[in-house]
Amino acid sequence: MTTFDRSAIQVRSDRLYRRRKLLNHAVTGLMLLAVACAVVPLFLILFYVLKDGLPGLSVHFFTQNPVAPGTPGGGVHNAIVGSAIMVGLAVLIGVPVAIGTGVFLSEYGQNRFGSTVRFVIEVMAGIPSITVGLFVYSLIVVRQHHFSGFAGAVALAIILIPIVARITEEMLLLVPRSLREASYALGAPRWKTVLSIVFPTALPGIITGIMLGLSRIAGEAAPLLFTSLGNEFYTTNITSAMDSLPTRIYSYATGPYDNWHKQAWAMSLLLVAIILVISLAVRALFGSRVTVRQ
Amino acid sequence: MAVTTSGRPERAALDLKNRLKPGDWTFIGVSAGSALVVILLIIGLFYELANQAWASIQQTGIGFLYGTTWDPAHAVFGAWPFILGTLLTSVFALIFATAIAVLVALFLVEVSPAWLSRPVSYLVELLAAIPSVVYGFWGIFVMGVFIRDHLGPVIVKTLGWIPFFNGTPLITGLFSGCAILTIMILPTVMAVSRDVISAVPRSQREGILALGATRWEMIRLAVLPYARAGVLGAAILGLARAVGETLAVTLVIGNSVNIPHDIFAPAYTMASLIANQFPEATGLQQSALIEIALVLLVITFAINAVARLLVWRVTKGQRVVVQE
Repeated sequence: MTTFDRSAIQVRSDRLYRRRKLLNHAVTGLMLLAVACAVVPLFLILFYVLKDGLPGLSVHFFTQNPVAPGTPGGGVHNAIVGSAIMVGLAVLIGVPVAIGTGVFLSEYGQNRFGSTVRFVIEVMAGIPSITVGLFVYSLIVVRQHHFSGFAGAVALAIILIPIVARITEEMLLLVPRSLREASYALGAPRWKTVLSIVFPTALPGIITGIMLGLSRIAGEAAPLLFTSLGNEFYTTNITSAMDSLPTRIYSYATGPYDNWHKQAWAMSLLLVAIILVISLAVRALFGSRVTVRQ
Repeated sequence: MAVTTSGRPERAALDLKNRLKPGDWTFIGVSAGSALVVILLIIGLFYELANQAWASIQQTGIGFLYGTTWDPAHAVFGAWPFILGTLLTSVFALIFATAIAVLVALFLVEVSPAWLSRPVSYLVELLAAIPSVVYGFWGIFVMGVFIRDHLGPVIVKTLGWIPFFNGTPLITGLFSGCAILTIMILPTVMAVSRDVISAVPRSQREGILALGATRWEMIRLAVLPYARAGVLGAAILGLARAVGETLAVTLVIGNSVNIPHDIFAPAYTMASLIANQFPEATGLQQSALIEIALVLLVITFAINAVARLLVWRVTKGQRVVVQE
């Protein structure tokens, strides 16, 4: 091989090396672009919700009920109260079932029935919330012949159950085995061990899960459209149609009035603030692996 | 999970029998009862919807799925425009969201230093915390206006020669629906992709780096082939979310029962049709809408099942706590 040939090879491999390096940088650049694409919408949403929502957060926004369209003033007191009642009721209905299921899965779930339940919970978490709304509509609303806050709460509870059940199982499984063994060594039966040793140890994690589930259902409108319907008036009666923040945002967003839009921004701000505060608090208490999902 | 592990199996069985106190039986009963409630709920869900949809199923038969006319006034119910609308928006969102999400996940795992990847990861996941209806509202007043005035005209100008990509950009329409869904499923796909990519063994990376590969070559040759099934699962999970997404899409997709002829035309997805028409529907139309919900339920059930199996296969042996 002559010197000339060698340098030709040298040139070629230099070129190849440069091309490989360039491609590497190009892909890194693409990654940065993708990060920007993912983060910019979040900031835009938060920015607009703050900018257009803050002016709407007046005292009468919290204390008054909706007024006739076109009339200035009015608030969404009924929607705030309705949301609180239905979310609270959904937690009361859903959490016992979810915790029972989670306990079952972690204690007795190592069999075929357990795997089935686990699979059903996974799939249930992915069911469109609007079909849950229709299910509760035909289960409760059709049979009772009227919309009700109770039906809304049941729909929300069905969405809550898989979230809390999954977290409960995970948290119970994280409890160190030695604690359990110490309890057995003292002669405690299994149910006593689970209830007074394992469960209390896992409780902070389970409460975190409930908070996450709560913040998820607080923002759900689709399951409420055909169950609690919405209501122009203030009510605490769970057997009548009931208003909620998400459904009111939906109806105000599609309406033509500026005052409605202003209040819809303010309601969006309120909802997003509640959800983000819960999410941040959970994050601070619990580390990075648990997140809220709508 | 018997706690006493004595040598012979028959002895263990005897121990178990003696150990189970009445309290234990109650405990098993209550917890298994809750699990049973969950199973009954999902069966009830299918049963109730099928029951309510029965009138429509009998009336329209299989033609319901490919009929192109939806005319409640004349009792003609064809769901194809909405199935198509769901398909177009979800697949569009799936492609864009997966491309962006995988790049973000690669950035977080392979490139970014730890102090940066945590906050970025958290910010992207926050996208999942914003309620659907807020997305929709923001989509009309901010994103839709941006699409009509800025993004839409650019797309028509550069890609207008492709059929389906011309048209008049409006605030609401098929494209707005696609865009909002892309943003909404991004965190799901990103979080799962990140987990499966970080599950790729370190030795895999070190081996190819030792052979002189650049970072991109390492990702292409060692990381992505290993994580492929999991990333596919992540994308399918995102797809399930996009298919079932209701209110955000309802607010921005423009609501038209006709088959869209270009990417900016108004359309309907299955979920948004239900949200919009169900409150005023009666009789056969109500039944037809519930049949659409049933179709939607079956589709998302199947998609979710496939995605779960794929993700489980890849992250097996790893404790992935509370991840979609």
